[in-house]
Amino acid sequence: MANIISDETIEYVGILAKLELSDKEKEAAKKDMGRMLDYIDKLNELDTAGVEPMSHVFPVSNVFREDEVENGDEHEEMLVNAPKVKDGMYMVPKTVE
Amino acid sequence: MSKQYETVIGLEVHVELATKTKIFCSCSTAFGGAPNTHTCPVCTGMPGSLPVLNKKVVEYAMAVGLATNCTITRHSKFDRKNYFYPDNPQNYQISQLYAPICRDGYVEIETETGSKKIGIHEIHMEEDAGKLIHDEWEDCSLVDYNRSGVPLIEIVSEPDMRSAEEVIAYLDKLRLIIQYLGASDCKLQEGSMRADVNLSVREVGTEKFGTRTEMKNLNSFKAIGRAIEGERQRQIELLEEGKKVIQETRRWDDNKESSHAMRSKEDAQDYRYFPEPDLVPIDISEEWLDEIKARQPELRTEKLKRYKEEFEIPDYDAQILTGSKQMADMFEAATDICKKPKKVSNWLMVETMRLLKEAGQEPEDMKFSPEHLAMLIELVDAGTINSSVAKEVFEHIFHEDVDPKEYVEEKGLKTVNDEGALKKTIERIVAANPQSVADYKGGKEKALGFLVGQTMKEMKGKANPGKVNEILKELLK
Amino acid sequence: MEFREMTAAEIGQTIKAGEMTAVDAVKAALAEIKRQDEVLNSFVTVDEEGALKRAAEVQKRIESGELTGPLAGVPIAIKDNMCTKGLKTTCSSKILYNFEPTYSAEAVLNLEKAGMVVIGKTNMDEFAMGSTTETSAFGVTRNPWDTEHVPGGSSGGSCAAVASGEAPCALGSDTGGSIRQPSSFCGVTGIKPTYGTVSRYGLIAYGSSLDQIGPVAKDVTDCALLLEAIASYDKKDSTSVKRESYDFTSALKDDAEGLRIGIPRDYFGEGLNPEVAAAVKAAAKVLEEKGAVVEEFDLSLVDYAIPAYYIIASAEASSNLARFDGVKYGYRTEEYEGLHNMYKKTRSEGFGPEVKRRIMLGSFVLSSGYYDAYYLKALRTKALIRQAFDRAFEKYDVILGPAAPTTAPKLGESLSDPLQMYLGDVYTISANLAGLPGICLPCGMDSKGLPIGLQLLGDCFKEEHIIRTAYAYECSRGRAAFAGKRD
Repeated sequence: MANIISDETIEYVGILAKLELSDKEKEAAKKDMGRMLDYIDKLNELDTAGVEPMSHVFPVSNVFREDEVENGDEHEEMLVNAPKVKDGMYMVPKTVE
Repeated sequence: MSKQYETVIGLEVHVELATKTKIFCSCSTAFGGAPNTHTCPVCTGMPGSLPVLNKKVVEYAMAVGLATNCTITRHSKFDRKNYFYPDNPQNYQISQLYAPICRDGYVEIETETGSKKIGIHEIHMEEDAGKLIHDEWEDCSLVDYNRSGVPLIEIVSEPDMRSAEEVIAYLDKLRLIIQYLGASDCKLQEGSMRADVNLSVREVGTEKFGTRTEMKNLNSFKAIGRAIEGERQRQIELLEEGKKVIQETRRWDDNKESSHAMRSKEDAQDYRYFPEPDLVPIDISEEWLDEIKARQPELRTEKLKRYKEEFEIPDYDAQILTGSKQMADMFEAATDICKKPKKVSNWLMVETMRLLKEAGQEPEDMKFSPEHLAMLIELVDAGTINSSVAKEVFEHIFHEDVDPKEYVEEKGLKTVNDEGALKKTIERIVAANPQSVADYKGGKEKALGFLVGQTMKEMKGKANPGKVNEILKELLK
Repeated sequence: MEFREMTAAEIGQTIKAGEMTAVDAVKAALAEIKRQDEVLNSFVTVDEEGALKRAAEVQKRIESGELTGPLAGVPIAIKDNMCTKGLKTTCSSKILYNFEPTYSAEAVLNLEKAGMVVIGKTNMDEFAMGSTTETSAFGVTRNPWDTEHVPGGSSGGSCAAVASGEAPCALGSDTGGSIRQPSSFCGVTGIKPTYGTVSRYGLIAYGSSLDQIGPVAKDVTDCALLLEAIASYDKKDSTSVKRESYDFTSALKDDAEGLRIGIPRDYFGEGLNPEVAAAVKAAAKVLEEKGAVVEEFDLSLVDYAIPAYYIIASAEASSNLARFDGVKYGYRTEEYEGLHNMYKKTRSEGFGPEVKRRIMLGSFVLSSGYYDAYYLKALRTKALIRQAFDRAFEKYDVILGPAAPTTAPKLGESLSDPLQMYLGDVYTISANLAGLPGICLPCGMDSKGLPIGLQLLGDCFKEEHIIRTAYAYECSRGRAAFAGKRD
């Protein structure tokens, strides 16, 4: 395997992705990711110099909204889905120490 | 301290735009409102919702770019900035990294040492985050998404500033430009203008920049000044002790007058930007750009010049009048009606400023109409009311925006010019004050003033003092 | 004919003729679900009460002459990644186990405008990540042709429901083949429209630049009718394209005369099951005999589509799925210490292994230092793939090939080797990268009695070509074999 994924990398990516993997999952993730990257490296065979990266498949541009208030208030219906609510707000663990 | 240090400062200024709706949905941007009542599936990050760009945001960003001498990017795009935080409902912020709407501009600032150009690296559009409220009782935080999706522009300067004075001059300049454009009210205290300070120090004479830190949570000009001084000292002390400055984000606590690092193992500061697939690019045509250019209002520098030339207003006064968009607008509108620029200027410079100060308000808070100020000036000039009555009436205009004509009529404040009526009153005063009459006749000029005052009091201030003087002298001959 | 064998168009006609009501149709579909779904597990949620109520309302509007369209009163199943107001929408994930949207996807609203009645939400690979419908948090869906086999994925529930007659038609979504591949495995017909044709508003995103909603049905006519119903310009979706025409049924002509059909030699190499190859070639022969000009050509770049796809789709997914964090909706872990621990535990417990795998990969390829080497490289590859298709469509109206290298594998065979599973998407993935429309329809059975799918790709905005070609082929092939008949 050309791409060796280190423990640090898995740890780091876990922080970025907010995923906490068990030791077993970490080992599997290292293997999976390494294999996948080896396969992805196939793209290096391709000469893409001078090719413009294509983020959008069609050359559509300038899709706008006018600055008019249209939305009503449906926050109560939306809040029904929240796991924890207080005073009409979403409740989360404390964000400041 | 053996070495000489230079402070190098760059700013990231966030400005909330004055649109009616949010950047990617048609929810109201109105301030206040019960928590989460200005929200929809888009600005609360509901699954399946999609953003649609508010055209006005692009136009405001272009206007600010043009006013700050930027090049407008003709093919601009949005990118996603990925990080987890509860005020950010999608856990990514739609922003611009690879093709921001404006680049390479500058503004000129005036400081004691003269004028200086501060470079603008870029201006980009992005969405604001929601608000976190910390609940002391339950040891938790509560999220209100009313502010989530309010449009922001972020103005990123070059590291061209060297002192707190320059930073404040630069911020003030930006604030005025943006207020004049009507793009934002730019209130630091209310958070519609926010500045993050990037600061490093280096030995005088070195070319290489030192390691910089980013300071957040600065919500007044005073806090900015203190934070710059504090951080400069901290970095110099580190260097003097042979330690290194760490590149990090620090949070300023203005009460403690110190900052602390916002470091955490969980904040990797790796934002994984990539092109926002849910929004299409913005192509700005020559026509569109011309349209925005044509709509640009007169900015402060031009106004200052014009006030001096066209209205012969002294420099100091012109500075104050143009020091806020609202003040300049008031000046021009009232002048336009009564054609008496100097008198309008006088009312604004003296009485208005006094009343604002008394009420602890800013010129942005003025609520009266220029028509009423112009009308008041006309009333004084026509001799309908005297100047002391005018001051009293103006207080009511300032606070309640009363119609001065109606008010004067209603309260019976008109100056009495009827000689017959005046004469009768004066005769009564003269008869009641024989001592003063004798004093005057005995050569005491001062006694006349007393008699005028008594008459004015009797007339409840409505008499024309010139006329009273005239009649008194006539009677006492 | 029994209800479960009827096409959507036939049910619509019968209702219109007054020989059946919308309520009868819904009851018949619900009865099929009761009879079969314990085994098949095509559905995550069946909305019995709501469907009956809506059917009664629709029936009134049909009788009053307000609803006159060909699909009025016809029941339909919706893949569980499309929001339905007040009806649970889970993406087959524990993390959304209880989510009730406050709005319906634009495509669903369009169906309701046409008078169709949503009967339930179909099972899928969790967040549409998978090719077998085995990654669902609510159990696997089984292939109606042989319940020891997978139905394909990720729209496996939709395809199994149609194949078994639990629903006459359904909506699926296709990010890398998720409509076409399970259509192939289940012996039904499915269309992935040109990107931007059907609004994505209300579709819970996997890979935003690749996702498209499309119809799954028993034949080409139904698919064209459904596509006509759901396709629309939507100002809520910035990537929605204003098309000149939303007429897809005019292309239903039994006429292959002069159609230029290209068969990519690169699709018939190593890895393709010979039975599949033979069936697809035979289908091409049928079209040739009807007057189409068929030739082989080299498409090129086929091997680069999968790596480019997995970079782009995983990267977008890692960002799209960041919102599932236990704050606003869905699952939150029971116990946690502080914010980040809550995030991590919620997501680790709420997402299944395949979703986690792709979020990890996507986060990695976007992370500092790797963006250019992976993400930008993939976007450049995408541009080259698009160019290769542009060249091909200068010469051909339709590109014909298999939808998948094999017929449906057995349950449990695929997940053990993810990379191998990804390779199965080789024929479908490039259409998503290039935004092209594609259709898959049955073209035979293998020796195990499992269906083989024929895929036709068209140039962007040229659905008419693939619909016409598919319809011409279907007219010669005759009504496809029906799985629901097996017992």
